[in-house]
Amino acid sequence: MLLRTTVITLAIGLAAGAALAQPDPIAARKALMKENNNNARAMVQTMRGQKPFDAAAVEAAFQQWADTAQKLPGLFPDNSKTGGETHASPKVWQNKKDFDEKSVEFGKAVADTREKAKASLDGLKAAIPVIGKTCDNCHEDYRLTQQ
Amino acid sequence: MFKKLIALAAAAIVLGLAAFWFLTNPKSIPQSVLGAHTPDLANGKAMFTAGGCSSCHAVPKAQDKTRLAGGLALKSPFGTFYVPNISPHPKDGIGAWTEAQFVTALIKGTSPAGDHYYPSFPYTSYQRITLNDLRDLFAYLKTLPPVAGRVRDHDLPFPFNIRRALGLWKFLFLDGETFKPDPSKSVNWNRGAYLINGPAHCAECHSPRNILGGIIVSQRFAGGQSPDGQGGVPNITQFKLKDWSVSDIAETLTTGMTPDADRVGGSMIDVVRNTSQLSAADRTSMATYIKSLPSVETRAQQKK
Repeated sequence: MLLRTTVITLAIGLAAGAALAQPDPIAARKALMKENNNNARAMVQTMRGQKPFDAAAVEAAFQQWADTAQKLPGLFPDNSKTGGETHASPKVWQNKKDFDEKSVEFGKAVADTREKAKASLDGLKAAIPVIGKTCDNCHEDYRLTQQ
Repeated sequence: MFKKLIALAAAAIVLGLAAFWFLTNPKSIPQSVLGAHTPDLANGKAMFTAGGCSSCHAVPKAQDKTRLAGGLALKSPFGTFYVPNISPHPKDGIGAWTEAQFVTALIKGTSPAGDHYYPSFPYTSYQRITLNDLRDLFAYLKTLPPVAGRVRDHDLPFPFNIRRALGLWKFLFLDGETFKPDPSKSVNWNRGAYLINGPAHCAECHSPRNILGGIIVSQRFAGGQSPDGQGGVPNITQFKLKDWSVSDIAETLTTGMTPDADRVGGSMIDVVRNTSQLSAADRTSMATYIKSLPSVETRAQQKK
């Protein structure tokens, strides 16, 4: 009896631990988008001359965007359609293949413009609209706006 | 006595039918109202851009935004609307329309055959556009490529499929007024007020609607629900935009970027594709007007 209770308690403990270790995909993708936005703001301020051009900061921003592009497709499992104040449209799951391809396009735009953006302010100025367009291409169908 | 009552009831029914018939009779604008006019194609193109015509009428997902063959499905609480072909194709589009028929469609919401259009076509805003601007727009549309193909009929359940009844809707929500400038305000502000309330039809999405689908006037620009029920449309009065400057708003209409470096989403992305092509002066006018909208609290909308 004691043994059985112990085993069950252990099993529940393990399951709870596993659930805790499993990161919440909605929180994870929201955090990534927030960080994308923070970096975008810094880059835009640089473009406007409100911040000095700093190659290391540009590199950090592009690295974070590249990470996001790579992680995004995996952060929309079927059990994350609602909850956690998600602004993801149900269309993400209706057209998952297209959605994933748009993440790839975002990653490609980041990779293609990265070296030139790091090299000079003009390179950065040319890169941001190219990347921004890939943000829009995905947000148009898959991001719900709020009242 | 009984005979009198019957006669009275019959008279009431006849009067009621006559009133319904009168109120729901589609209105039109005769050719005789339109005097001589030399079209300004550049202005027509600006109206086309400000009006966002291509956002609904261009072939969905096509790169070429000048092929206005329609086909987009607009889901709404009343059913699904299918956007018609407005390319200058003589049979399937508006190629055979007269100028008066075009002006009638945009201002009165009446088709050349004399039927009511559904207000998914935002004539409640387009009625504010001046006749000259509409005629320039018509001339510009005629320069675009004709595309063959008729779009299927709307898919609406009873009673929304009774077009004649739309006359009552128009009686309630279509006032027939052209834009009137406010002489106490600047030329810049008035230009913005005209563009926002007329061609750009911003209030159509940025306002909540009542159960009949009419804009709730006291909540105009205070944010709405997406017609397809997914997500919402932001409040653009000072309730929400008080930290935005005129140049912030103009920047958003130019690049789609908000003051905190976020980007607009959903259907606003296509709106910005249009507004980014307007003149900087027009965008500043629009921003000036939006900045002047008094704060109206967002009222949470119940999902249908």
